[in-house]
Amino acid sequence: MIPPSFDYHCPKTVSEAVALLTKFGDEAKILAGGHSLLPMMKLRFAEPANLIDLNKIPELRGIKEEGGVIKIGAMTTENQILFSELLQKKIPLLPEVAKLIADPQVRNRGTIGGDIAHGDPANDHPAIAMALDAIFVLQGPNGQRKVNAVDFFHGTYMTALAEDEILVSIEVSPFAPKTGYAYHKLKRKTGDWATAAAAVVLQMSGGKVTHVAIGLTNVAPTALRASAAEKLMIGKEVTPALLDQVAESVRSICDPAEDLRGDAEYKTAMAGEMTRRAITAAMVYCK
Amino acid sequence: MSKKIISMNVNGKKIEEAVEPRTLLVHFLREKMHLTGAHIGCETSHCGACTVDIDGESVKSCTCFAVQCEGSEVITVEGLAQGGVLHAVQEGFYKEHGLQCGFCTPGMLTRAYRFLQDNPNPTEEEIRSGMSGNLCRCTGYQNIVKAVQYAANKLREDAKKPVAA
Repeated sequence: MIPPSFDYHCPKTVSEAVALLTKFGDEAKILAGGHSLLPMMKLRFAEPANLIDLNKIPELRGIKEEGGVIKIGAMTTENQILFSELLQKKIPLLPEVAKLIADPQVRNRGTIGGDIAHGDPANDHPAIAMALDAIFVLQGPNGQRKVNAVDFFHGTYMTALAEDEILVSIEVSPFAPKTGYAYHKLKRKTGDWATAAAAVVLQMSGGKVTHVAIGLTNVAPTALRASAAEKLMIGKEVTPALLDQVAESVRSICDPAEDLRGDAEYKTAMAGEMTRRAITAAMVYCK
Repeated sequence: MSKKIISMNVNGKKIEEAVEPRTLLVHFLREKMHLTGAHIGCETSHCGACTVDIDGESVKSCTCFAVQCEGSEVITVEGLAQGGVLHAVQEGFYKEHGLQCGFCTPGMLTRAYRFLQDNPNPTEEEIRSGMSGNLCRCTGYQNIVKAVQYAANKLREDAKKPVAA
């Protein structure tokens, strides 16, 4: 399969990339890791006249802690996330998720920013970013602005990014001590997208829940934050009866697309089950 | 849609070629460089038959444009054997019967080559996850794991030997 013809641009800075985007508008596409875009180009689902490759922009890569916030460059690869000692120490959920994404070769190319900006509800980082209360930094011709992860996803392949904006970094607060976390992803095989998956970030005090965030992957047109289910848990002990209520609440917001991974009913049921398992696994770290 | 001149180092040889930006690396290697080791399997980055090494990382060359490799060092399966002597991973696949039809083998070899540089002393579990981006429909993987273990042992033994004066 041969992709359609395009002009290739390889800017060295973000402002050069933004200038190219401004110039070409909807005639241009951003190339990050390329593991979603290239297959789409081969199938002619995407036929950009201009491709703006972000791979040679050093300022978009890397993970650092600044002013008590972890800042992850949008072009940081999944393998860099997986092996980051800073993330393993400060936000261990992210390396755990990266391990469940695709395979070693794809993780060398695939980036956290591409995974998010693509707007595909099957990708893992959107639900994770929601559960982490992450903030996305977008840069356009008029400078930078910040958008909360929960406000970023408008629909399948639709996000808050304007045509002339680039996602440049993801900001996340480090976990407080004894923060529980888990990502439970049901998949058919290594490298597959989730049939359904749930991310949980949990804090407890005196056996009761003080903070919980639940993000869901691939069970609706966008990743979801299960706010109603979270409210059920605040101030409560986690009992089997409460987990039943939470799973029920999660199921009630699911609206998955039927595909080879299962019908809507099955995926909905699995979203509840993955949530139940993720909460149970997360609790271990809270003790 | 003009062609771009790109230069890269392929298997230790510096090359310069004009390519269309849409040319995939695997097409470039096979059709321009006549290095037909990297195979085109699924073309969707699932099977790993097209795996090559770019700047010290395993990459699926069906999901990367040749223009993106400007200035890079690329190693294909043709670059593994040196001076007519098989590389340890090739010897391992031969000795342990790590292949049947052979279609996935070039990708398996280039991936195993990089994996063992990153992790010279892997457990079986680490080999299985390290090789999880390469699909084989013949062997059931058991002999592939043994082949990688064979290569790991050989590379560690070779590292202990004194360098000939």
